[in-house]
Amino acid sequence: MIVPREKIVQQLRERLERLGSRVTSIVWRLGFASRFLYYLVMHSGTALRRFRLTVAEVYFAGVLSLVIILVSGLFVGMVLALQGYETLQRFGASESLGVLVALSLVRELGPVVAGLLFASRAGSAITAEIGLMKATEQLSAMEMMAVDPVARVVAPRFWGGVISMPLLAALFSAMGIFGGYLVGVQLIGVDAGAFWSQMQAAVDLRNDIMNGVIKSVVFGIAVTWIAVFEGYDAPPTAEGVSRATTRTVVTSSLAILALDFVLTALMFTGGNTK
Amino acid sequence: MNRSAIDLWVGVFVVTGIAALLFLALKVGNLATFSSGQAYQVFAKFANIGGLKARAPIKSAGVVVGRVASIRFDNESYEAIVEMNLDAQYQFPRDTTAKILTSGILGEQYVGLEAGGDGVMLKSGDRLRLTQSAVVLENLISQFLFSKASEAKDTGKEPAKEPAK
Repeated sequence: MIVPREKIVQQLRERLERLGSRVTSIVWRLGFASRFLYYLVMHSGTALRRFRLTVAEVYFAGVLSLVIILVSGLFVGMVLALQGYETLQRFGASESLGVLVALSLVRELGPVVAGLLFASRAGSAITAEIGLMKATEQLSAMEMMAVDPVARVVAPRFWGGVISMPLLAALFSAMGIFGGYLVGVQLIGVDAGAFWSQMQAAVDLRNDIMNGVIKSVVFGIAVTWIAVFEGYDAPPTAEGVSRATTRTVVTSSLAILALDFVLTALMFTGGNTK
Repeated sequence: MNRSAIDLWVGVFVVTGIAALLFLALKVGNLATFSSGQAYQVFAKFANIGGLKARAPIKSAGVVVGRVASIRFDNESYEAIVEMNLDAQYQFPRDTTAKILTSGILGEQYVGLEAGGDGVMLKSGDRLRLTQSAVVLENLISQFLFSKASEAKDTGKEPAKEPAK
């Protein structure tokens, strides 16, 4: 079959155009989101001065996520202890169970899993709330009353999320280590002294714990930023809000995993070879 | 839900979150076990440090008395200079020997201190004169092979590697 040359060129051109427009729209959205973040931070005065607004958001994003964070942390720690014991015991190193549980939680699992749970529990709620406010024209009504909706609605939610996330990650890690202690020491019978002392000898305050906290702060900013932006940018329809909510969870989960790789590469490759 | 209940719960949340951080810092990390505040520095030159790393423990009689602060290469003597932070509550005589040892067969390497008999104690900035380098497995094996070969040469059972004198 002979396809005329013009047609091939035409098809190729259309494909390239589609690719180009997609890339342009991604870059455009990224730029819009960055300018939105800048505007948000610049107009955070109200959220920080009337701190009660932010406190209410800490309640919604943080306190109401406590149950899921604590329970998952406990079980993740317990599973880590069970699985880790199986492998370590083969090398006669079951006393290092505490090190394994603590380092995996503090460095990686604490910030990452807490971040993923936070994105699906609190991030989606923030997007849905702001999106619905926009769909029901509450945000426009505020603007009519000369109240800046970004300062009054978006900024407190952003700061509430940013404050909650590191605390949730720390609680997740602490709960996981407690779960590891329950299974490792109480159930399996690893020596309690070796469990804690080896853990204390191996975990470094600056290299491990501070880096974990930095990770959780970065994830908190990324997740809440994505959540408030998707909500604010959502098409004001039922379908638009539902899509934006889905997008929040997907984008922030991917962002957490990608950022985690970048941060781990920066933190743990330079420091350990020293 | 009314205002004061929200405030209460947020307060509880923040306090438990900070408590979790403190738990991680104090109970899980080693903040409390060794603080560099009351430490003094001594230096030691080693011909070979093997796999010694910064922050490796310094032990005397099996007790951790300090940590390796830094490892540098001295371009004049072509030796490694190890800077050690020793806990101020442990004092050592000036003729203390420093050895690089390995915990277990495959364990990590640490600096072992063996106290001497001098009456004068080490001060901050002092250098340990008596050191013993890390044992490098390749050197050990080649020494072993050489001694085997020379044994064979002496007894004359096997042809010597080198031409006979």
